[in-house]
Amino acid sequence: MGDEAGLLLAAREVGIERGYRQLLVGVNLEVKPGDLWQLTGANGAGKTSFLRALAGLASLGVSGEINCHQPTLYQGHLPGLKPLLSAVENLRWHPSGGIDTDIEGIYAALAGVGLAGHETTPVHSLSAGQQRRVGLARLWLTDAPLWLLDEPFTAIDVAGAAMLEAQIIAHCRTGGAVVFTSHQPNRMAEQLQQLDLSQYAP
Amino acid sequence: MRPDARHFLLLQLARQLRSGLRRPGDILNPLIFFLMVVTLFPLGLGPDPQRLAELAPGIFWVVALLSSLTVSGRLFASDFEDGSLEQLMLAPTPFVLSAMTEVIAHWLMSGVTLTLVSPVFAVMLNMPTQAIPTLMFSLLLGTLCLSLVGAIGAGLTVGLRRGGMLLALLIIPLTVPILVFGTSAVTEAARGYDGSAWLALMAAFALVGLLLAPLAIAAGLKISIDG
Repeated sequence: MGDEAGLLLAAREVGIERGYRQLLVGVNLEVKPGDLWQLTGANGAGKTSFLRALAGLASLGVSGEINCHQPTLYQGHLPGLKPLLSAVENLRWHPSGGIDTDIEGIYAALAGVGLAGHETTPVHSLSAGQQRRVGLARLWLTDAPLWLLDEPFTAIDVAGAAMLEAQIIAHCRTGGAVVFTSHQPNRMAEQLQQLDLSQYAP
Repeated sequence: MRPDARHFLLLQLARQLRSGLRRPGDILNPLIFFLMVVTLFPLGLGPDPQRLAELAPGIFWVVALLSSLTVSGRLFASDFEDGSLEQLMLAPTPFVLSAMTEVIAHWLMSGVTLTLVSPVFAVMLNMPTQAIPTLMFSLLLGTLCLSLVGAIGAGLTVGLRRGGMLLALLIIPLTVPILVFGTSAVTEAARGYDGSAWLALMAAFALVGLLLAPLAIAAGLKISIDG
C-alpha cells in the first residue's frame, strides 16, 4: 500500500452500470488531503452514481476498485432530516463520520449557516433552502476528513453559497478534502480540480 | 467527539421514538383498526357470548397479524425517503445494529402499545379473565416476532413503489408459526390449563428472530438503497 500512503480516497478503473446501460468506464480518482474536486458532466453523466459508489452506498453494477481510508461525510440529494423534529434535534443524531453532539456546538453551527432563531422550529416548516442549510450545518459539526457532497449549492441563496464555499475552502486548508458535484459556477477556482465524467462515457 | 456504538444507538432510538410520538396518529390508528375489526366479529358471527369466547384467541391473533402487516410495510419508508437510512449505512456503527434499533423502536410503538390495551379487546370478545395474562405475554413476544419478520419484508420492498401487496405475500407464510403458537397458548389458558409451553416456543422463536432477522433486514435494506 506504499503508493496509497496519505491518500484519503483512491478509485481505480471504476466503471458504473445502471439499468443495463454502462454510464462510466475506467474512471481514476485520487484524493489527497487538501484536495478540492468538482465532478462535472451533463445531466445523466453519472455524477451522483459515481459519488454514491465512492461513498460506498452503491455496489451493484460498480466495477473497479474503490479504497476509502478515512471517515466520510456524505450529503446527498436526500437531506437525512426528520421533518417533525427541530433542527437541533435532527443534528444531535448523525452517524456518518462522527458528529459533535454537543448542544452548544449545534447552536454555533446553525448560526454558521444563518439559521440562528430557527433552532427549535420543526424542520418541515422551514423553506427548502433552509432545510438544505440544516443538512449542511453538519459540515460545521463533523470531524470527518473527507466530504462527499452531491449538489451542495442547490436551493442555497447567494450569501449561503458564499458561506458554504468559505467552509469548504477552510476544510481543505486544514488537511481535509472535498469531492462535490455542482452545476453552479463557484468562486473556488484557485484550489479547484475538475473531473469531467463525460470523458469517461463508453 | 465520536459517540461510541451504544450511545449512538440510544440516540437513534430516542430520535425514532420522538419522531413517532410527534405523529400520534401513526401509533393510534392501528389500535383503532384493531378495535374496529374486533367489533366486526360479533356482527358477523352473531352475538352469542359463548361462541365468541371460544373463537376469541383465534380472532385476536388473526387481527393482530393483519394489523401488524398494515404497519410494518411503512417501517423503513420514512427513513428511506428522507435519507436517514443512507446515513445509517455509512455510519461507523454496524448497520445490522442500527437497523435493529429501528425495528425495536417500531415494536415499542406498535406491538407494545397493542399489548397494553389488549385486555380491553379481550373483554369485548368475552375472553375468560384467567387467559388475559397469557394473552398479554403471548402478544408481547408475538408482536416482536411479527415486527422482526415484517422488517425483513419491509427492508426488501421499501424501494418499490407499490410494495404493499408483495410484502404481505412475502411475510404471511413466515408468520404462520407465530399464529399457531399464540392461538394455542391463549386457548389453553382460556380452558384453564397452562399455556406456558407454547409461550416458551414463542420465546424461542423471538430469540432466534432477534439473532438472525437483523442480518436479513440489513441485507435487504442494502439492496433497496443500492437501487
